[in-house]
Amino acid sequence: MIKKFIRILLLSLWFGAITFPFTGIRNAILLSISIMASLILWNTLSKGIIKREGIEIVSKRIQTFSSKIPRRILALFFIFLFLILPLFMNNYFIDIANLTGIYIILALGLNVVVGLAGLLNLGFVAFYAIGAYSYAILSTQVNFSFWASLPIVILLVGISGILLGFPALRLKGDYLAIVTLGFGEMTRLVLNNWDSVTKGPNGILNIAPPEVGSIVFREPIHYYYLILIFVILTTFAIKRINNSKIGRAWVAIREDEVAAEAMGIDTVRMKLLSFSFGAIWAGLGGVLFAAKMRFVSPESFTFFESVIILCMVILGGMGSIAGVILGAMILVLLPEALRGFEHYRMLALGAGLILMMVFKPEGILGGPRRRAELRPDDERIYMQEIEIISKPKF
Amino acid sequence: MFLQQLINGLTLGAVYALIALGYTMVYGILQLINFAHGEVYMLGAYLGIIILGFLTSIGFTAISLPLAIIITLVISMIFCSAYGMTIEKIAYKPLRNAPRLSPLISAIGVSIFLQNFVMLSQGATDRVFPPLLNAEGLTFLNARITYLQIFILIASVLMMVGLHLFIMKTKLGKAMRATAQDRKMASLLGIDIDQVISITFIIGSGLAAAAGVMVAMYYGLVNYFIGYVAGIKAFTAAVLGGIGSIPGAMLGGIILGLMEALGASYISSEYKDAFAFGLLIIILILKPEGLLGRRVGDRS
Repeated sequence: MIKKFIRILLLSLWFGAITFPFTGIRNAILLSISIMASLILWNTLSKGIIKREGIEIVSKRIQTFSSKIPRRILALFFIFLFLILPLFMNNYFIDIANLTGIYIILALGLNVVVGLAGLLNLGFVAFYAIGAYSYAILSTQVNFSFWASLPIVILLVGISGILLGFPALRLKGDYLAIVTLGFGEMTRLVLNNWDSVTKGPNGILNIAPPEVGSIVFREPIHYYYLILIFVILTTFAIKRINNSKIGRAWVAIREDEVAAEAMGIDTVRMKLLSFSFGAIWAGLGGVLFAAKMRFVSPESFTFFESVIILCMVILGGMGSIAGVILGAMILVLLPEALRGFEHYRMLALGAGLILMMVFKPEGILGGPRRRAELRPDDERIYMQEIEIISKPKF
Repeated sequence: MFLQQLINGLTLGAVYALIALGYTMVYGILQLINFAHGEVYMLGAYLGIIILGFLTSIGFTAISLPLAIIITLVISMIFCSAYGMTIEKIAYKPLRNAPRLSPLISAIGVSIFLQNFVMLSQGATDRVFPPLLNAEGLTFLNARITYLQIFILIASVLMMVGLHLFIMKTKLGKAMRATAQDRKMASLLGIDIDQVISITFIIGSGLAAAAGVMVAMYYGLVNYFIGYVAGIKAFTAAVLGGIGSIPGAMLGGIILGLMEALGASYISSEYKDAFAFGLLIIILILKPEGLLGRRVGDRS
């Protein structure tokens, strides 16, 4: 008991000592006291009520509860809910809902690449940017309408997905992540510096709003229904592909590439497909973003944006569609709710990512299969796999 | 002109090499890309400003400027070593057996956390380094080399030589090499793996801090997001030299620094940052084992 207390004391003193040059001595003392208090609180509580499995029990309950209701009815209920929801919201909330919708589409797209095929893409924002800028340029310079641009943009983004995929597919894991990151940054640099086409850092103004018949989209509520339709379409398409032969091939590649190849899966083609299929949704998100904001600039497409989208996928649960939608909602709505603590929310996001990886890597709604994969320590069967995986590579 | 860019490039390259060493050492032992390494460099740069500001305020810099700079460098390195070790214990150690995606993501978390921590505690605006060293220097053949550049070059070379001797001649260095070759075997032979990993992070972070202080003095400006680009460039240098290889990181840093300085003056300065990214992609695709690395089946 005393030993534990000394440990906690030393730990909090350590944190105070390493932070004081930045925060000043008074804040450092406050910090170490609060760390000490929370550690003691955690230690006493963890013996009683809260167990480390607490979160798991709750999420398991949600899962069993939701599995009792037929999926189709649940989906219809949610669609109905979202259809009537804007009637109770003012323009500010509808605007936030629109943003949430765009991020849901982006996160679902990234989920195909990261969650299903297991290829960590840190440059996903590049496709988002290409989508938004293609529509901006088509709209302002060629005078194409929203509906005419949409197929062209999607084709363009799909092709750029394949173009990135070809060289990147020779790489795995961390290396792939870095190359995609480089691709994302290069895209942003090109947008920033290619003044004659992209107008550089000033961005492109006066993008045409979408039209349906004689209705020109001006109010947030117009965009709300437009985005809602695309969210439903995305969810449906990804759900279908998830359960198809292609989706199963992706999961097989994620779990074991060699085995997948041995079972006759054309891994190169499947990986390319996942890259460009994921990219298409990012492109769609980009078009919607450009149409909604009626303005694009390189600032909206930083590396940080890729990270946020990745966080949505991870938070909700990689590979789970409901989880990814939940993750996107949390990460758009929570910062809005915490506007007063604007500066601290990024701090919390960083800390949250670390805690998530340490305590619950499979996300809020990650399935048992994912959990087994991400927590090799828990199950005995996976011990053998660790033997193989952790064999040194040098 | 050419000679001038050569000098600037060498200075920049020496700094990249120092940061790259941290990447390459951690990768060699844990096969982990320490994404937060650039942030440690940023913390080092800030510490440089804070400590030198403190030394100026108590009137120490007026007594002996070179000594003050060396003290700043050493204290900053000590603090950053502590940061590196703490980061490893919190964010990487619990994930040592997890799939490789997990530590990468928690590293991104560390990176976001540290950036915002510094932004909150030190402000979002640029911090100016106290202008202690004016641009005095030597001139030969139309090229100027400032005393600061000479200091950076000498300090970097000394640190690299020191690191090389540490790894090649000491018992701990031997333990590090053994761990890099085969972690499990090393632990069977009685090497304390946790200790070796801690030391790797301590040394890597210390070198990054030194690089941070020197770059802050060189450019005179620091802000909370310098770590990201510097981290990517240093990582490029590490990959160029062959990740996991210590001489490779040094060579890669110098080559990248030279390329950037020459590219910025002869090709285009707007795309200066794109050179590093482009180079990184090209190397990873064409020669992922780098210049001095060994070919490893897992990577390509």
